[in-house]
Parts: sequence; structure tokens; C-alpha cells
Amino acid sequence: MSSEPAAAQGGPPAEPNHARRFGTIWLLASLIATPLVVVLLGPILPPGKASEQAAGQVTDNTVLLAMATPVLLLVLIYLAYSTIYFRQPKGGVLEGPAIRGDARIQTTWIIVTTALVLSLAVYGTVRLLGDNGGGSGSGPAPLTSPKGPKLPVQVIAQQWAFTYRYPTYGGVETPHLVLPQGEMIELHVTSLDVIHSFWAFQLGVKADANPQVDNIAFVKPTALGSFEIRCAELCGIWHGEMFDQGRVVTPAAFETWIHQQQATFAPATAVLPPYSRTYEPSPTRRGG
Amino acid sequence: MNTTTAAANTQPTRPLWRRLIGFNLLTAVLLGVGGYYLGWFIGHQIKGTSFAYEKKSSESDVALLLAYFFGVIGFLIGLGFANYPLSRLLGRPASLREKESEGWSRYFGLCTDHKVVGMQYLIGIGLFFFIGGLNAMLIRVELLHSTPTVVGPNQYLSLVGMHGTMMMGMMTSGVLGPFANYFVPLMIGARRMAFPRIEALTFWLLMAAGFILVSTIFFGGFPTGWTGYEPLNDQAVMGMDSYIMFFALVGISMTLLGLNMMATIITMRAPGLTWSRLPIFVWSVFATSVLMVLAAPMLVATLLMAALDRTINTSFFISGGGGSSYLFENLFWFFGHPEVYILALPGFGIVLELLPVFTRKPLWGYRLAISGMLGVSLLSFFVWQHHLFVSGINADLRPFYMLSTEIISIPTGFIFLCVMGTLWKARTSFTVPMLFCLAWTFNFLIGGLSGVFLSDAPSDTTTHGSFFSMAHFHYTIMGGLIFAFFAAIYYWIPKMTGVRFNERLAKWHFWLMFLAFNSTFMPLFVVGMEGQPRRVSEYAPNLHGLNTWVSISAFVLGVSMLIFLVNTVYSLVFVRAAAEQNPWRSKSIEWQIPHPVPVNNFEQIPVFDSDPYDYGVPVTAIGGAQPASAGA
Amino acid sequence: MSSREVGPSLLAKKILGVGFAAAVAGILIGLYVAGWATSFPKSIAASAAPANSGGSSLTLETVASIGSKLGKSHPTWVSYLVRSNGRWVRNTDYTVPANTVVHITIYQFDTPTGLRNPFLSQVQGTIGAAATIDGKTVNAINPEEASHTFAIPELGVFVPLPGVPEESKHPCEEAPCELGSDHRTITFSFRTGGKGRFRWQCFVPCGAGWYFGNGGPMQTLGYMDGFINVV
Repeated sequence: MSSEPAAAQGGPPAEPNHARRFGTIWLLASLIATPLVVVLLGPILPPGKASEQAAGQVTDNTVLLAMATPVLLLVLIYLAYSTIYFRQPKGGVLEGPAIRGDARIQTTWIIVTTALVLSLAVYGTVRLLGDNGGGSGSGPAPLTSPKGPKLPVQVIAQQWAFTYRYPTYGGVETPHLVLPQGEMIELHVTSLDVIHSFWAFQLGVKADANPQVDNIAFVKPTALGSFEIRCAELCGIWHGEMFDQGRVVTPAAFETWIHQQQATFAPATAVLPPYSRTYEPSPTRRGG
Repeated sequence: MNTTTAAANTQPTRPLWRRLIGFNLLTAVLLGVGGYYLGWFIGHQIKGTSFAYEKKSSESDVALLLAYFFGVIGFLIGLGFANYPLSRLLGRPASLREKESEGWSRYFGLCTDHKVVGMQYLIGIGLFFFIGGLNAMLIRVELLHSTPTVVGPNQYLSLVGMHGTMMMGMMTSGVLGPFANYFVPLMIGARRMAFPRIEALTFWLLMAAGFILVSTIFFGGFPTGWTGYEPLNDQAVMGMDSYIMFFALVGISMTLLGLNMMATIITMRAPGLTWSRLPIFVWSVFATSVLMVLAAPMLVATLLMAALDRTINTSFFISGGGGSSYLFENLFWFFGHPEVYILALPGFGIVLELLPVFTRKPLWGYRLAISGMLGVSLLSFFVWQHHLFVSGINADLRPFYMLSTEIISIPTGFIFLCVMGTLWKARTSFTVPMLFCLAWTFNFLIGGLSGVFLSDAPSDTTTHGSFFSMAHFHYTIMGGLIFAFFAAIYYWIPKMTGVRFNERLAKWHFWLMFLAFNSTFMPLFVVGMEGQPRRVSEYAPNLHGLNTWVSISAFVLGVSMLIFLVNTVYSLVFVRAAAEQNPWRSKSIEWQIPHPVPVNNFEQIPVFDSDPYDYGVPVTAIGGAQPASAGA
Repeated sequence: MSSREVGPSLLAKKILGVGFAAAVAGILIGLYVAGWATSFPKSIAASAAPANSGGSSLTLETVASIGSKLGKSHPTWVSYLVRSNGRWVRNTDYTVPANTVVHITIYQFDTPTGLRNPFLSQVQGTIGAAATIDGKTVNAINPEEASHTFAIPELGVFVPLPGVPEESKHPCEEAPCELGSDHRTITFSFRTGGKGRFRWQCFVPCGAGWYFGNGGPMQTLGYMDGFINVV
């Protein structure tokens, strides 16, 4: 198992120092590419900056991309380099050097990859907890909760449409989602039947809707405009058609809108069950 | 016909009708159909309050499940699997080896020669791989339009489900089935597998399962995709039972296959073949078998619970009845994550096994590669909740699973280091198998790096359940395993058939497949990041251009598969150009045996004195391998 | 496939063998694809006939049991039917013109099941935000009374359809149902906008025998789900 280079060919007197050559190429490429990637790709990465959580995800993606670029370049450039320089001459039957391993390289690799990977895990955890879940559904008891006032909005997923309830506005239920800009929203996602998933793309929110489970996600929209809502968990025939456009409006416009909704949907609100974090509508068992 | 021990090479030819009677595929199909109707009848006789819903829905899940069950039993009895146990029960001495020297008909029945089983697996899995691929082509046809146009929405969901289920169920045995069954006994110097009859059983179970899955279209298909999530699973029409039966049979087949492999590798190694001299491919088979044996039974148990929920109204997974939809997700992914490593590990093994042959260097970092594989095996049981990051699981769990998922990339990285080390200062010949190995490295790199994004919970918030995760697993499973699968085919077919492929067609296949594959799946990362969920046939109009590009690339990918098929038929059926005994100049033992490999593999059990990576130094023969003379 | 070298074999025999295998494979594939093609409900769009008040109209009915004449594979399933050329046809793919008013009349023959989400008991998205039920104009119904809904979520149309009481004297047993049996009549109108293909569905869990009532006919085109093509 020792590394004795079997120079079966009595090679050319000046064998280039492949290690140094490759290392230089890779280092240069990484030093050029990584800042380019961060500067050029970073700003345009999805899901965009329409909310604090989405902006946080863009930052995370940029960091991950920056860490992945040198790794990608390492293997790709190595593949290209070895394809060019380490070839069997046409029709040849030469043997390569019988190197079975190198303890130093292996140890270095193990240490570097472990450090990289652990730092990514720590970074991810810090961002997840620091950003109050980063827009993801954090279950009924999230580890961290943002301080200050929060507007609770319940997202009710059913086969095959989302409806939304505003408990602090009389529990009115609406077919479309409108949110006030600049306020911290506490989304409560639940389902009335099978598993769905509430995905507000531009807001960077995704929370599965499970029956009789209250899945909480925090989001603070920062940009006015509309955002796309799609169902992200296969729920039956119209899973792909379970989409909608939500809107982020100014707080004043939101107040106007919600009061108008309360008026329009007063008959429905009268027959709705009281607001609750989960529902158990009947029929639950086999209907009909 | 079922108890011959002495292989009579020159039998007097009996009339055809006489030859058709007996335990063979025809009998198996007849008994299978009989069993199906028996089960259907019994199912409809079962009445009770639990089944009152059946009248309302006019569907009987009990009947279909029983029909499938008895059908499979009938099928296996017809093939002759009950003969040995029954003979022994009755005190009769029965043959240990069935039909090992009977000519081409032994490929169509129960044969205990591991080489025959390996060939059967290759053809059988290939057939279902192409059926799954056809489903994929239909999916991409529908995705040429941004609204449901060609295929109705529930047919589309069934297509998606069938594609995924067929591929996942079949390709888990995609390498172990054909290549491990054929070559592990040869590589360890054994005459057979530990349990030859079970080996044949795993193949026929898989064939029955594949047929059952295809039959789902006659029962309305199933809407859940390959993950079969509850409660949608419970809500589905009868076609769901086909999925349940398919995966249950696949799970049993996988468990038995892994068990057989482990028993063979542990107990039947020839003298001198210590663990540190084992070919890396055999190590990868071992690591995979551990996963198969431990994870696959979980699937069978979970599906049994799902079947109970569907039939007798239990509430394992229905929260209204006291159960939980999370239970299914967790049980399924506890199997599901080791499952994807069952798919990845054999790919590692093949690439590391083939690289020394084509670089003319020993495998670099042999022990590192082994620790990488075993590390992946062990860690794969600790990561499954990364599929559930946004599903509302207990928030305390997420940092742990982020950590474990990140950590599993460490042993995976070892494999890359070993690949790179083996390429270092190599003398590489770019044969078709080598090209596939290099393509594996490229594809799995991209797949693995995209996995880093998915394992970061905040980033996963956008990418979970989107085409990004779809592209990730296609890069690792298709770009990884399937490319390695083709590398193995091109590498080992000269040994298995004595015939070589047409080199030009093979290179066309490779280049078209590699370019089309990347052209198909690279844009899907973008499509997913731009907000398209999985399993939808309606998507945002602004993604129409990308989806069209992907669909057209997918059709080109399909064409590359056709080129492979054409090459197979052309080279293996028509031209049949004889291959040399060792065209790749490999030092591995299976290439030192002439073609055709005799039934008992070796006249004398070989003695090993080193691993098969003796490249780069003067060649010495490996142990005392005595190739058996042909025809014995 | 054989591990033995085939000796010099007749080319013709091989071509025949391969050809036969390919033909069998081709037939199987053809059957497979044909199975799919025929099970996709043909999109013979039931086009709307112009009504007196301008725009276009559709007449539908909902039945408790489709029967074996119109629903061979699932005779016990609930279903929508559409009036086309003077006959009731089981088809849920309708074509209506763009930028017009569409008048819909639904004869409802089924018994109530009740809404899972009582929010949908309020009429939404129609002209006047109301529907006319048995002559009376209302904007909501009792959620317990709902038997089906006609909803086009992408156009914001949600109309709950009340059921025929359980104790009614002349229920319709099997489709097609004629107006002699007990029924409720619901009429409403809505405006179409630009072109598009929109799905419509029932929101009442009326799939008897499936969990939450949302399986079976609720998840199969041609029964409780369909498409509205705005052209």
C-alpha cells in the first residue's frame, strides 16, 4: 500500500508539477468566480426581497452558492485537467503509478470537509432561529417568536382552494389573501382534509397544512405588490390548480379592505364555527 | 422437469405440448390469473359493518388486495417455488439446483444459477425501466402546455406516480439484481449465492410487482405520487391498492435480496479473501444490503397499515380518528431516505470498481472508500426528517436534522476523493464505460451540491416540494445510478454474453444521453427556484419557455435510450461479434474465467492473495484461480 | 440473451424473432397508450346556446347516482350532467365565449351532505352576488343543506346548491333525472373575462364511501369536476 510511483514508461525528464499547476488553476478560478457569483448572481437569486424572510433566504442562498463554487470548481477543473493530461496514448497499454493512497491528503480532506460542513450546519441553525423560522412552517410551538405586535392570519387549506381567516377582525373568512406591508404576520396554516402546503413564493413562505395541526410561519412583507400562492404538497386532482394571487398593500388600504370584506361576507361569518387553531369539520369519516 | 439434478445436455426432444406442462412461466401465469379471481371472489364475500362504505363507493379494496395477493401466490406456485419446501415437508429428497443447464428456456422460469438470475434481472428491470421512461415522456408531453391539455389531471397524477414508483421500486435492485447476483459469487470465489432459490424468488417477486403496478390504470390510477402520503392515500380509488401491493412486494424482494447478499459475502468468501482484499464493488453491495435489510421491512409494515386504513377503517393515519398524517410521513421517509442511498451506493461501487481498470492504477484510498460507504449507510438512518422541514414537525428537531444531513456529505465526499485520487497521473483510456464513470462524477457532483442547498432549512423553505428538489434527486439518482448502471452494462456485457457492443452506437448513446440529461435537468433547478411545485400539470405562464426546452431535451434523452436499444438488438442479436475473454485487460477474477462461465463457476475454489487492484506494478496472477473448462 | 454463442444461425429466423418481439411489445405499448387515451374524457365541449337575455347559457343537473346507462364504470357515483341537443349528457367540459354573461341553470336532484367549510355557503362571484333558488333570490344558504356546489375558483365563482330533503316523496333514483322528480332549481349568472381554461369543481364532500367525501367522483373528471373553456 505504499506510494511508489511505478514509472513504467521512464517518463519525460521534465514531468510538470501537476499538483502545483492544478492547484494554481483552481485557486485562481475560485478567487475570480466566487466574488463574481456573489456579486452577479446574489442580487437576482430567488425568491427575491419582497419580505424579510425572503431576503434572508436570498442571503442564505448566496452564502451557500459562495461556498459551493470552489467545491464545484475543484472537481470540475480536476476532471478536465485529468482528462487532458492523464491519458493513455493512442493504442497504448501503459500502466499508471501504483499509488494506493496518501495519508496527508486524506486527513486534510477529512478535516476541511468536516469543517465546511459543520460551519454550514451552524450557519443554517443560526439563520433558522434568528430569522424566526425563515418563512418556513415551524409547527404549533415555534422555537423562536418575533417580538412585538403580530397580525394573526389563518390559512385554511381544503380540497382544492385556500381560504383565509382573520381572527382579530371578527374571524372573517375571505377567498383571497391581502396583507399589510411592514407588519409582522403570524400565519397559522391548517387543513380541513388532506395534507396541502401553503407556498407564498415571493414572500418566501412555505408551510405544510396538516389536518388538525396548526403550523405557524412568520413573515414580514416589505414590498408592495402581488405574490403567487401555490399548493406545494400533492393533494389530489386539482393540486396544480390550487393557486392564487395574494397582495401586499399599505396598512391603510388593508384596513379599508378588511372592513369591506367583513361587510361582504357577513352572512358567511355568521355560520362559521368560532375561530380555532384547528378544525374538525364533519363529515370526517366516509361521507355521503 | 422440476427435479432434474443431472444436466442431460442431449435430451430427446419431447413434443411441445408435453414441454409446456410443468412448473414454468405459462403455468405461473395461469395459476396467477386463477389466484386473482379466487381472491376477488373471496374479497366480495367478506361483508361487515366496516365495509358498508363499499356499497356506496362501488369499489372493493379488500377484493383487489386479496386478488393481487392470491394472484402472486398462484404465480409463484406455478413457477415452482413451492416444490422444494413441499418436497422436504413430505420427506422427499428434492433437488438443490433447478434447471441450471436447460438452454434458453431456463431464462423464463425458476432457475437457481445466479448467472441466469442476473441475466433475468437485467432484462426484466430493463423492461420496466423503459416503461417508466415512457411515462416520463408522456409527462413531459403534457408539460409542454401550461394548462392540462393532453392528459387529464388525474391521469397526469397517475402518470407521475407510476413513473416515480416504477423507477424507485425497480432501480433499487437495478445494480444488485443484475450485476451483484451475477458477479459477487465470481468475485468472492464462490460457486453460488448463499440462498439460490431465494435469489430467484426476489426476481420473480419484482416481475409480479411490476405487472401489478402497470395494472393500476385499469383501476383508476393513484393520485399520491410515489410517496403515497396519507390521508390522500386513504381517499384514493382502487388503483391505490396496486401501488400498495407493488411496493409491498418490492420491499419483500429487497429485504430478501439484501439478506442473500450479506449471507453470501460474509460466509462464502474463498480462502485468502479477507475483508481488506474484497473488491470495492462487493463492499458497496454489502453496504447496500445492510440498508435493504433494515429499511425495506419498514416500508412493508407502513403499507400494511395503509392497507388496513383503506379497508377495515383503522385510523393509523387519520387525525380525525386519533391517528396522525405525520405518522405516515415519518414511517415512509424512515424507509425513504435509506432507500435513496440504496440507489446511490451501488453507483459508488461500480465507478470505483471500473476506474482502476481504465486508469491502469490501483484504487486510491481503498479504506477511505469503504469508510465512506459504511459511513453513508450508517448516517442514512439519521437524516430522514429533512424531507419534513416545512411540514410543521417539532421545531426542536430541525437543527439536528440539518446537522445530520450536512454530516452525511462528509462520507460522500470521501468517494469523490477516491475518484480523484485514482485519476491522478493515470493512463486513462476513454472507453464507453469510462465515459459513463466520468459522467457519473460530474452528475453526482451537481446532485450532491444541490443537496447542500436543500439541507439548509431556510433555503429549503422555497425549494421543498418544487422542481429544484426534483432536479436534485434526478441528478443523484438518474445522473448517478443510471449512468453507473450503463457503465456496468457496457463493461460487463462482454462477460455475460460473450458478445461486444458496437462502439460507435455506444458512444452516440453516451454523448446524446449525457448532453440531453443535463439539458433536461439543469434548467429544472431554475424552474423550481422560480416557483413551480412538483406534480403539477398547470404552471405559471412565464415558465412556459423553460418547460418547453426541458420537454424537448427529455425527448432527445428518450431518443438516446432508443439508440441503446437499437445497439442492444443489433449487437447482441444480429451481429454477435465475439468479444475477447478480457477486452478491458481487467485484473479482476471474473475476467480470468473464459466465456461461457461454467455452471459451477470454478473447478477448484481459488485462493486469493491480494485485492484485484494490482495495476501499475508487474502483473502477477491472482491466487490459484483455475478457470473451469467450458461445458462442464 | 443466451450465454452460449449462437452458432451460424439463419438471419431470417432472427429477423422473425426480433420482429415478433417488437410487434408484441408494440401491441402492448399501443394498448397501454390507448387505455389512457380512451379514459380521458373527450373534451367535446358542450357549447352554450344563446339565451333570450343575451350572453350564453348552460343547463346542468346534479344527480345522486349516475346509473349504469351513463356511467358504466361507476354506476353509484354522484355526477353532473349537461343538457346538450335536448338530451342529458355526462360531460363536464364546457365552452363559453369570452367577455360575456353566462347564465347557468342547475336542477339539483341529490340529498344534502353539508359543507366542510361553511364559508362556501355564501354565493360569491355571480352577478348581484346572489343566486335564485326555487324562485327566491338569496345570497347564502344553510351550510347543512348544501348538496353540491358549482365553483370556478379562478373566476371567484362559488355557488352552493341546496339539497332535496331526505323525506321527499319522489326522489330521482338514477340519471338521467327529469323535472318530474323532486328537485331544486338554482339559477345564477356570471361574467367571463379573457380567454383561458379554468377548472370547476364541487366543494361539498359528496363522494360517498371515501374519506372526507372527497374521493371517487370528486376526483374524477366527468363527475364532479370539469373545465370551463373561455374562448
